[in-house]
Amino acid sequence: MPVNKTTAATPLQPRRRAIIIGSAQGLGAAMARRLAREGYLLGLADRNGELLGKVCAEINQAGGPGQARAYVHDVTNTEEVPALLQKIMADLGGLDAFIYVAGILLPTTPTTYEFDKDRKMMEVNALGALAWYNLVAPIFQALHSGTIVGVSSVAADRGRLGNPGYNASKAALDTYLEALRNRLTRHGVHVLTVKPGYMDTDMLKGVERPFLVASPDKAAEDIWNAMRRRKQTIYTLGAWGLIMLIIKHIPSLIFRRLSF
Amino acid sequence: MTNLTLPYERLTYLENFGHSLKAASYLYHPTSVDEIESIFKFARQNGLKVTVRGAGRSYNDAALNGAGIVINLTRMNKIIDWNPKTGLVTAEPGLTLENLWHVVLPDSWWPPVVSGTMSTTLGGCLGMNIHGKNNFRMGPIGEHVTEFTALLPTGAQVTCSPTRNGDLFHSMISGMGMLGVFTSITLQMKKIESGFLEVHAFAVPDLKTHLQAILENAPVCDYTVGWLDTTAGGSGLGRGQIHAAKYLHEANDPEMKKGLQVQNQTLPATMFGVFPKSIIHYFMAPFTFNLGFWGVNTAKYVASLRDETYRQSHAAFHFLLDYVPNWELAFGELIQYQSFIPKETAEDAWREILTISQKRGMPSHLGVTKRHRPDKFLLTHAVDGFSLALDFKVTRGNRAKMLVMLQEFDKIVLDAGGRFYFAKNSETSPESAAKFLGAETVARFKALKQRTDPNNLLESDLYRRVFAV
Repeated sequence: MPVNKTTAATPLQPRRRAIIIGSAQGLGAAMARRLAREGYLLGLADRNGELLGKVCAEINQAGGPGQARAYVHDVTNTEEVPALLQKIMADLGGLDAFIYVAGILLPTTPTTYEFDKDRKMMEVNALGALAWYNLVAPIFQALHSGTIVGVSSVAADRGRLGNPGYNASKAALDTYLEALRNRLTRHGVHVLTVKPGYMDTDMLKGVERPFLVASPDKAAEDIWNAMRRRKQTIYTLGAWGLIMLIIKHIPSLIFRRLSF
Repeated sequence: MTNLTLPYERLTYLENFGHSLKAASYLYHPTSVDEIESIFKFARQNGLKVTVRGAGRSYNDAALNGAGIVINLTRMNKIIDWNPKTGLVTAEPGLTLENLWHVVLPDSWWPPVVSGTMSTTLGGCLGMNIHGKNNFRMGPIGEHVTEFTALLPTGAQVTCSPTRNGDLFHSMISGMGMLGVFTSITLQMKKIESGFLEVHAFAVPDLKTHLQAILENAPVCDYTVGWLDTTAGGSGLGRGQIHAAKYLHEANDPEMKKGLQVQNQTLPATMFGVFPKSIIHYFMAPFTFNLGFWGVNTAKYVASLRDETYRQSHAAFHFLLDYVPNWELAFGELIQYQSFIPKETAEDAWREILTISQKRGMPSHLGVTKRHRPDKFLLTHAVDGFSLALDFKVTRGNRAKMLVMLQEFDKIVLDAGGRFYFAKNSETSPESAAKFLGAETVARFKALKQRTDPNNLLESDLYRRVFAV
């Protein structure tokens, strides 16, 4: 594993290391840039090699060669995860934070039923994450330290008629992260659940009337602050927390007759 | 296949001595050469690098290997043979200097070269080619090794002595563990008559006198070391205290037999005879800031103004770092900057370095000086001159400034023809290392590495920082 001036960690130039899954664009790329500014060494994975290369090039231009390394990976290929995780860890020289951002939203209508879309969303948004978490968790547990981040969604808070498959996939991730938190906190590992509302990325394209839209950079800033302060769950933008609090408490008697 | 193949339950954070660096590694504690070989095999199969670790007393990343395998040899520590007539001892690499002197002292022998702490292992001592307070007269520990056996990453097991496999002998010693693993080490002990030394301690008022005193005493005393007041500036820059020690002979020591017993080599027990040693570092911690450093250094200099001659046990004279258990914890994060500079240029270089550190508000809190002479080992740090070891406390606030300062120091040291020691400095760049080692030495080392470890199985964070591409 080649090491250079940028990547050798010394007492006066300490380094932390992070893996970000889904970092070629949108929130993942914004997280990569934000952590790079903090001096993190990054292992960035995404299925879009071309865009990923551009993100890495931009980071390495500013921070020094080798600060960000690219790994092409489709999260539905869960069998390749163990070898890939071991490779990235060896390349980085350790691991301090693992962040799963990959997610897709396949739009549908309130009267359409398409299992293939549901399955795809489950695979990318939930199963892909689980394949990684199942391996990162025991590593962090052994080390009694580390930060695990999962990007869930406000969609996880309640099932709604717009896209049941998306709701379910994010709810699955959400509950898994909570269970992980219950397992790992006692071992000194920090598990952070991030719930974005609307965000200005590709995923917003299908939405008709977005409001309270966060920019990926603002969301990345919120996530970095939450990592630093060891928060457990955050909404970004923060106002979504209040909105979802209300929505979560609308009794089903009323809620199931609404049209959103 | 969705499970990790690597033994993540072995993952552990290991640190450097000063607690200023940590790295997560798969940790193994083999007790035999066979076990080491099977770890090598596992590493090869899984594309992992291996670092060998002893007591982990290096101040830098010499015994760290992030996301790789670390083989800790401290459990491979048997004495294979000890001959009290000839003074030759053969031992496994994990034996510590402490356990070594416990065995040889009662038979009237003492290790010819020891580090400032007795917790180091023989393998580590050879890997770094340690020097002691008698480097000028006795050379580094490598000059007292009569033979060693080693396991090379190629699978070969070799026996090396100054005349047999001499190139490997002179490069594995000082080779930072990058060429192979010592499996047994044979050392010649030094015959002594008394368990005590006669120590002459006297003050020196400035840097010029300080270095002159060491220059004069080193050839005629058995051990010479100086403490330097790093906080004194102006005309008192470089002031301190010299400790020059001589072996006691039977004629001067009627209590000779008693001193040769291990229990009579006790280190000073407590502060004021009251505080238990284990908590002393908590009481040191409040003084670890600039004004505190100045206070302690000044008090020590004032106390040293009285010329003294006294007797001191070998253990108490040598193992200053073992007086207070875990003393380094009082400093939070600690690094050391040690430079070895030829006698002609040392004074000017250190005058500049000490002045800069005081001006920048980042004085060292401890300075130690020694006299050295060159030796034949490939990656050696020694020169015909002196060394000055400077300890620094690292904080979040001073990190960036200290980095700049140490880089300036590097330039001053290199311009003065100086060298560095791979067990200490943590920020040395590959360019600086290449400069003081020289192209020929680097080429020879790389050729030996290619021979003993063609697939680069043995790597450490230090090696990658200083040598790799």
